[in-house]
Amino acid sequence: MNTWIAIGLTAVGCYAVKLAGLLVPAGAMERPFVRRLAALLPVALLAALTAQQTFADGHALVLDARVAGLGAAAVALLLRAPFLLVVAAAVVVTAGVRAMGG
Amino acid sequence: MAQQTARADTTADDTDKPDRAVVRDALGVGVAVGLSGFAFGVTSAGSGLGLLQTCVLSLLVFTGASQFALVGALAAGGSPFTAAAGAFFLGVRNAFYGLRLSHLLALPRAVRPLAAQWVIDETTAVTLAQPTRRARRIGFTVTGLTLYVLWNLTTLLGALGAKAIGDTRAWGLDAAGPAVFLALLAPMLRTATERAVAGLAVLLGLGLLPVLPAGAPVLVAALAAPIALVTEGPRVGRGRRAAGAAEGTRGADGPTKPKEDR
Repeated sequence: MNTWIAIGLTAVGCYAVKLAGLLVPAGAMERPFVRRLAALLPVALLAALTAQQTFADGHALVLDARVAGLGAAAVALLLRAPFLLVVAAAVVVTAGVRAMGG
Repeated sequence: MAQQTARADTTADDTDKPDRAVVRDALGVGVAVGLSGFAFGVTSAGSGLGLLQTCVLSLLVFTGASQFALVGALAAGGSPFTAAAGAFFLGVRNAFYGLRLSHLLALPRAVRPLAAQWVIDETTAVTLAQPTRRARRIGFTVTGLTLYVLWNLTTLLGALGAKAIGDTRAWGLDAAGPAVFLALLAPMLRTATERAVAGLAVLLGLGLLPVLPAGAPVLVAALAAPIALVTEGPRVGRGRRAAGAAEGTRGADGPTKPKEDR
């Protein structure tokens, strides 16, 4: 039951913020500061999420096979590899390093 | 710097980007993220959620980071309210994506409640990369539809296959999520400001991780954006606004890197 409460709250909350973004009056975007801010926020959030999901283990920071995987993804991005290949490189290298006991 | 200039030049030629190229970009992202849907299904089932609970999350929440955060928090024994709060905080970024998308897509009001469910990292990244309103609408719709169908299908398969797969970490599937985020982020790091914001966000996100509740460090890291804007100040700001106005005249909303690599 607790799990369903969590699922219900998350579903309602996440949909509400998605819709709120779309319903904000277009005029709010005319201000240069707001435009710049809206463009920069995804940069900040995606960077923080990438770092956390690479280095976080609960509340601790760790160096494990994911770092090698993300390194491979970064190299693939620099080589302008297709999106799918970037993700595949991360998964395969992470699995490979773990298989070798990393 | 030379590369930056070259990229800026190609965006001008990009205004007549064929629909086929937009669809290809969108499908590339949609298919790739299908992988992480599988990882989510496996992770969720492994965290003790039932098949129905796992599938309902993908159908109704449909924002990967929040879903991963929720099942992670529940598996760690968090209360439903703490778990949901963490997931919600992660989802708040979609409001800012929507803020930007509503301007770029100019959707009719009646369509917005439906389109809202697809306002996520990946659809935003694809939409922002398109040069015209037509291309943006095609990019948003194809990415959203492909992702929604595949994400839910692979969630189901992942949850069903969780037992057969065993330890998802052994398969490296926990690296799929951050790799997707990195691939979405990379094309956005065009200027020193973007790179400074990303760097500061990484420091805040990692530095606060040990001390704040799950989900909160990412929200605090978002402050890197206004901090950078304020520090940037009138110095660069004036030039930027002029550049922004020039962009506006040819119908683009800021410089976008062409996505021929997707």
